[in-house]
Amino acid sequence: MKEIVVISGKGGTGKTSLSASLSYVAANEVVMADCDVDAADLHLILKPENQYSEDFYSGFKAEINPEYCQSCGACFSVCRFEAILRKDDRYEVKYLDCEGCGYCQHVCLAEAINLREQKVGLCHIADARFGCKLVHAELGIGADNSGKLVAKVKRDANRVAKENSKDYILVDGSPGIGCPVISSLSGAAYAVLVTEPSLSGLEDLKRVWELSARFRIACGCVINKADVNPEITAMIKDILVEKDIELLSEIPYDEDFPRAITKGLCLMELDQAKWEPYIKQIWEKIR
Amino acid sequence: MRIAIASGKGGTGKTTLAVNLALYAAQTSNALLMDLDVEEPNSSLFVKGDLISETPAYRMAPVWDKPACLLCGECASICMFNAILKLGDMIMVLPELCHTCHACSELCPVGALPMQQRPLGIMRLFRKDALLFLESKLEIGVEQAAPLIKQSLDYVNNELPATDYQFIDCPPGTSCSMIHATKTADYVILVTEPTPFGLHDLRLAVETMRQLDKPIGVVVNRIGIGNEDVFTYCREEGIEVIGTIINSREFAELYSRAELMFTYNEVFRHTLDEILRRIRGIR
Repeated sequence: MKEIVVISGKGGTGKTSLSASLSYVAANEVVMADCDVDAADLHLILKPENQYSEDFYSGFKAEINPEYCQSCGACFSVCRFEAILRKDDRYEVKYLDCEGCGYCQHVCLAEAINLREQKVGLCHIADARFGCKLVHAELGIGADNSGKLVAKVKRDANRVAKENSKDYILVDGSPGIGCPVISSLSGAAYAVLVTEPSLSGLEDLKRVWELSARFRIACGCVINKADVNPEITAMIKDILVEKDIELLSEIPYDEDFPRAITKGLCLMELDQAKWEPYIKQIWEKIR
Repeated sequence: MRIAIASGKGGTGKTTLAVNLALYAAQTSNALLMDLDVEEPNSSLFVKGDLISETPAYRMAPVWDKPACLLCGECASICMFNAILKLGDMIMVLPELCHTCHACSELCPVGALPMQQRPLGIMRLFRKDALLFLESKLEIGVEQAAPLIKQSLDYVNNELPATDYQFIDCPPGTSCSMIHATKTADYVILVTEPTPFGLHDLRLAVETMRQLDKPIGVVVNRIGIGNEDVFTYCREEGIEVIGTIINSREFAELYSRAELMFTYNEVFRHTLDEILRRIRGIR
């Protein structure tokens, strides 16, 4: 089984549009995994019917029981996250600031502090519109366990792929280079880096490639909106040669991207004749 | 007055709006811009300022002092993040999982887990005319962005002079790093685009800001693509649309070269004026 991750560093370069179109041409071979868990949009195109949904618990939050609290302030003095609020001589936990380290619980002699495991999201296994399975998730507001939820989505996708004898898992990743991206790269065989020819896109491409290279993951690159700035497209291509990154496709600026999204379709459904050569070429190179 | 520029969806125009607003405001006021999209900071490409100082940022994580250790295993049972493992007669620290709570280090009966600095990123301070600009960039391979965001805000609060405006270019999403970048702001501008993706992620961002009790306004970028649903949503939710930016290839090309839109486009200058007037009104 081969796990392919679509990432970009920079947001808004077309990751989800390309992932959705790839799932259309490879529907018989792939399980899709939406790992952009804090802004998951793939379901808006794939319109999945959830077959199985599961609460996802991860991490803890402290709770102070005011009946037992002696107001000694030990919790307040050890907390490094400014998550304990002093109100007169009472102490409260600031929910969004608590990281669940439990240090306060260890130093509370009155045993007034409990740690409660947090439901931070929902994970779904679904039948997607094109006939493939989609594993996707919703992260709760402000949750700081996106990396763990990504790992859970990928674990489920692996299981579903085995059960259904699919050879590929295609992962729609999140922007950036932090914990959800690192988590989506771990165990992947190939990374598709989607970029655009802007100075920002170029900077972000270099950083996301460097991260992928640390994991020794082979990379290919799609240059979207390639004709917006031919000069920078040429600079990107130089970098691809220098870093040994495969050029998968150059796609010209095209408002079919927002047009398809607005209709809830993938590019292939909007205009198969135009988009099939691009999408098929990418799929043949990465499979 | 601290104004955060955020969005649920990436690539909607946060950086474009932040740099243009900050440099435009700096023509008539003292202003500060912070790029707290620490995983992929790009504002510096647009600001092109003179470097004033560089401050490396560190975070603390424990290291195992083998000779001092009694192998009681207390540290491994204390750590809620699985950052410390006891394997036979050794203690293994996984610093990338550490949240720097200090519990293991301070609760160790023999002090065998002293805390040590580890690289987190770098904060660079620039000046461009009346604008001070702080760029914070995360070290590649570091998983947690929030500690660098917190340190950057501390640095601004403690080390830099007060300015009329402080603008923050935030990370995308709605998870912990976006919360940390927005939570000290007096006002949050959510940038979106009029597509189903833009609307879906805007809803999440709005819910997040409501939990933080932040006053918000929405800027809709790339008008001309998509549909009217974003406007309908804002009207129904009582959220003010404080600005719109038209979809144009000219803007895409200016952005690609990291050039400022307000120097080329009069309509966009009016949009910035309106946004600044709106911001002054909530003081």
